[in-house]
Amino acid sequence: MSASDRQRAEPQEAASTGGVNRPRNTVPILEADDLVKHFPIRNALGRRVGAVRAVDGVSLSVARGETLAIVGESGCGKSTLGRLLLRLIEPDSGALRFEGEDLRALAPAALRARRRAMQLVFQDPFASLDPRMTVEAAIMEPLKLHGLHRGRERARVAELLARVGLRPELARRWPHEFSGGQRQRIAIARALASEPRLVIGDEPVSALDVSVQAQVVNLLKGLIEELGLTFILISHDLGVVRQIADRVAVMYLGRIVEEGPAEAIFRAPRHPYTRALLAAVPGQGGKVQVLEGDVPSPVNPPPGCRFHTRCPHAEPRCRAEAPTLGAGGPGHFAACHLQDALPPAPPLSERAPDARLERLQAFFTRETAA
Amino acid sequence: MTALSVEDLSISFRTDRGLLRAVEGLSFSVQPGRTLAIVGESGCGKSATSLAIMGLLAPNAEVAGRMTLAGAPLTPERQRRARGAEMAMIFQEPMTSLNPAFTAGEQVAEALRLHEGLDSAAAMRRAVEMLERVRIPEAARRARQYPHQLSGGMRQRVMIAIALACRPKLLIADEPTTALDVTVQAQILALLDELKRETGTAVILVTHDLGVVMDHAEEVLVMYAGRAVEAAPAAALFARPEHPYTIGLLGAAPRLDARRPRLASIAGTVPDLRAPPPGCRFAPRCPFAIAACGRTPEFAEVAPGHRTACHRAPLDQVLAA
Repeated sequence: MSASDRQRAEPQEAASTGGVNRPRNTVPILEADDLVKHFPIRNALGRRVGAVRAVDGVSLSVARGETLAIVGESGCGKSTLGRLLLRLIEPDSGALRFEGEDLRALAPAALRARRRAMQLVFQDPFASLDPRMTVEAAIMEPLKLHGLHRGRERARVAELLARVGLRPELARRWPHEFSGGQRQRIAIARALASEPRLVIGDEPVSALDVSVQAQVVNLLKGLIEELGLTFILISHDLGVVRQIADRVAVMYLGRIVEEGPAEAIFRAPRHPYTRALLAAVPGQGGKVQVLEGDVPSPVNPPPGCRFHTRCPHAEPRCRAEAPTLGAGGPGHFAACHLQDALPPAPPLSERAPDARLERLQAFFTRETAA
Repeated sequence: MTALSVEDLSISFRTDRGLLRAVEGLSFSVQPGRTLAIVGESGCGKSATSLAIMGLLAPNAEVAGRMTLAGAPLTPERQRRARGAEMAMIFQEPMTSLNPAFTAGEQVAEALRLHEGLDSAAAMRRAVEMLERVRIPEAARRARQYPHQLSGGMRQRVMIAIALACRPKLLIADEPTTALDVTVQAQILALLDELKRETGTAVILVTHDLGVVMDHAEEVLVMYAGRAVEAAPAAALFARPEHPYTIGLLGAAPRLDARRPRLASIAGTVPDLRAPPPGCRFAPRCPFAIAACGRTPEFAEVAPGHRTACHRAPLDQVLAA
């Protein structure tokens, strides 16, 4: 059984074991099979001298209504994967199906029409809004493009603004008049305007200050739940992932090294890289095993297991033979030869509940607008 | 002896749209071999404070207050001499702080030639030693490489080598790991801790990340909209935070150990410092605010060594009510 077969069989299992019980269609909303994207490197004469192997054989299946997080450090290929999944860039090879339909076979016009159902929210709200368009014009554009709410576009814009926690009177203002958090709310309203079924957020809260980030995380969670959105969160921030994701895929050098229900990934990670990533998050007491070295270049990834150059457990086999994703629990896969032989993952440091702090923080958890 | 003492520091910027009071009435000190974390979000004044200490603010800035470095007044002339020698700074983005036209070794050696009067050969030998001390593998080879040939983590190690080359009494690290991946961040922060223990340098760690503060600082100063709102030993601050802003910030930071239905979030946004709200600047966003908050609160002790600027302190009164 190949890794992709296993992953195709996986959503039902995840549905039965995941923490969130939502009705799920058995056909995944999005499926990717062995996607590959290499960016050529050319010399001064334009000759190809190598390639950045950004995405190097990724298979994924996303169930309707689920929130999947794709996590990893810079250069792991997570943003490239996000763009491939919406066919914003063309894969070199691999298959891509949205609601069972082959996305790669669609003609440009048909693909554009299909984009109504799939939207993307970017990291930098300063770059993703046109400075010469009012908020209303920016949100109305997708309505006009897809012919939605004809004749009542204004009212629809007001509804969308209210839904993301902005006063509808702000519609006539320009992007520069808003703070970063407000702009990200506008970008979310614009993404929701075409009534998508799938939204991909590429580091949607990473550029925001902590207090504002929490507002937008709460907003996204509410929208996902109420609108029944399928959400793919691309993020390097494991804290944010913990708050939003039902399922997590961890990438390293262009490949998925571990995938499973969020609870299992955080409580019982099976891949040494996932463990190192979790241990490195600050605020857990400081005495962590620090992972040595840097991520190797995706132009020349190490042979065998790509993580073996930094792995504290590596054996000769890891240097020679690339591991495939193998089952390690219900809906939980890791690409590690040694996953069954590793010592149990150290527990996440849990701070004892602080009753005083929790009572004081309860004053802050009411619904907040921008 | 106190490495750095800052008393009643105020910083304003003259701008086209009026005077911006970036920092008001800030006082703190740092001891040798200790780390003081200055925490806050964008615009709280934490970076302006660092630059004022170093004497690196833009010409449109006006600085008032008293600062001493190792007991002696930190005048503009002293700042010029001390910069890179008695006090040094590392920044968030090592790529823009390093000169792309010089090798890593040359940039470390420059500090040594300038401040210690070493000749080129001796300075380069010491530079390679410094690169070894910041745990750069194959330091002699790396010393001959240019910044673009180094990874982000390696560049930040070079910055630290430059900063520590002349054994400064004070090191200011302004968001030193914000641009780095989490595994590399852990390496760099562990390295700073080790070097601080070896050299006895006092460290000011400027950060927005309370997790980093928890693991790497002995003292904490929380700033909001240009003012100190809470200061305490790190253990006391995390055990018993007193200022509503600190409490909101702690609740807003997502944690790994549990998925919470909602994160605590602080409503609204930080005020425009050209027209700050009267009284307590956090009051418009504070769920505990009362009429008295229209007056500026004193920065007063609630416990030995623990200060907070809040009319409602101690907050246990609020819970008891």
